[in-house]
Amino acid sequence: MDIKEFILKIEEEFTDLKPGELKPESKFREVFEWNSMNALILIALVSTEYDVTLNAEDLIKSIHVNDIYIIIESRINK
Amino acid sequence: MAVFSIEGIRIAGISACVPKHVYHNIDYKWISKKEREQLIKVTGVEQRRIADDKTTTSDLCFAAAEKLIAEAAWNKSEIQILVFVSQSRDYPIPSTSCILQDRFGLSKTCITLDINLGCSGYVYGLSVIASMMRCSGIKKGLLLVGDISTKHISYKDKSAFPLFGDAGTATLIENTNKKEKIGFNLQTDGSGFDAIMIPDGGMRNHISKKSFEYKKISPGIIRHNIHLILDGIKIFNFALSEVIPNINVLLTEEKSQLENIDYFIFHQANLLINESLRKKLKLPKEKVPNTIHKFGNTSCASIPLTIVTELKKQVEKEKLNFLLAGYGIGLSWGAVTITMDSIICPDLIEI
Repeated sequence: MDIKEFILKIEEEFTDLKPGELKPESKFREVFEWNSMNALILIALVSTEYDVTLNAEDLIKSIHVNDIYIIIESRINK
Repeated sequence: MAVFSIEGIRIAGISACVPKHVYHNIDYKWISKKEREQLIKVTGVEQRRIADDKTTTSDLCFAAAEKLIAEAAWNKSEIQILVFVSQSRDYPIPSTSCILQDRFGLSKTCITLDINLGCSGYVYGLSVIASMMRCSGIKKGLLLVGDISTKHISYKDKSAFPLFGDAGTATLIENTNKKEKIGFNLQTDGSGFDAIMIPDGGMRNHISKKSFEYKKISPGIIRHNIHLILDGIKIFNFALSEVIPNINVLLTEEKSQLENIDYFIFHQANLLINESLRKKLKLPKEKVPNTIHKFGNTSCASIPLTIVTELKKQVEKEKLNFLLAGYGIGLSWGAVTITMDSIICPDLIEI
């Protein structure tokens, strides 16, 4: 996986996003109208696509899209 | 590991009963219209059934069972075991199953038992009644499974209020002594007991004036301590990480595989969980019926309710292999492999 692929998958799931709007350095709480429903969608996406579990603390400490990507990368296939 | 199978027990019939009153989540004015639309899209819960203040879970189960027993033409005196699975009993004590024994007019030689479980309750209840019938040789049993979950939820809690619906079900269990087996894999993780709970009202935290003091938990969530708490992310991650390994272990032990199963009936928690499970297992949509949009999360009733409303025609006429999976409060979860062959399945009852 790479971050471009991860961003493409997020864009497929969150149809309100314009293509290219989301970048690794984007603050995801500002790009999305962030709420608990969006958190669940993101957790489901990461679980289904990468078989990685994101918990509430992961989301709280992540600011940029890249922060989430780094968590996934560190847990993938482990 | 609690992986085991029971021979010679079959489901002879399933029925379900819901309250007539329908609540549409698009009318849930505590949150904005945009939030309501997103909630419906993500959770799948468009509408749910709400019991009035006079109706109990045992009333719903009773109505379901009366119709089912009549259609099956069972003689009530033959029913020698009644198991009632619910978290919304008639009284704190005594057991609701005792009251139901008298209400149905069952024999005084009948075993009755309450089981306090929620979303995993149908698979656990099946395991208990099937085991006891197998050991005792009892020929006919009645499994009543349901919940009224809507009475202990704060209207001002957007994380719980829009999700739950009320329902009661009845399942007739028969001892056949044939070789066909029911397979079970049952699990528990009590470290997550606080992910879904009502904090006050038991012996740990007695009811006091403080129990009824409303507290703001987070934006959109105001509740008191007799209300249900639901930690959505914790439950979500639990379901996504535990259910599939449980199913895989069961199928391996049963020397079966996903392809042998005609229908997968998952507990109806929310659409996002169930769609994620379906995609991870690579199952076609037509093998995984959902009722979450019509009834919401009906706790332990969701599995039999889904069979009644979505597969009535099939189960009445065909021999089908099912995998049933329940998961939630406890944390408690489990899966069952079971064959149903031409069972009695009345239309959904509304009272």
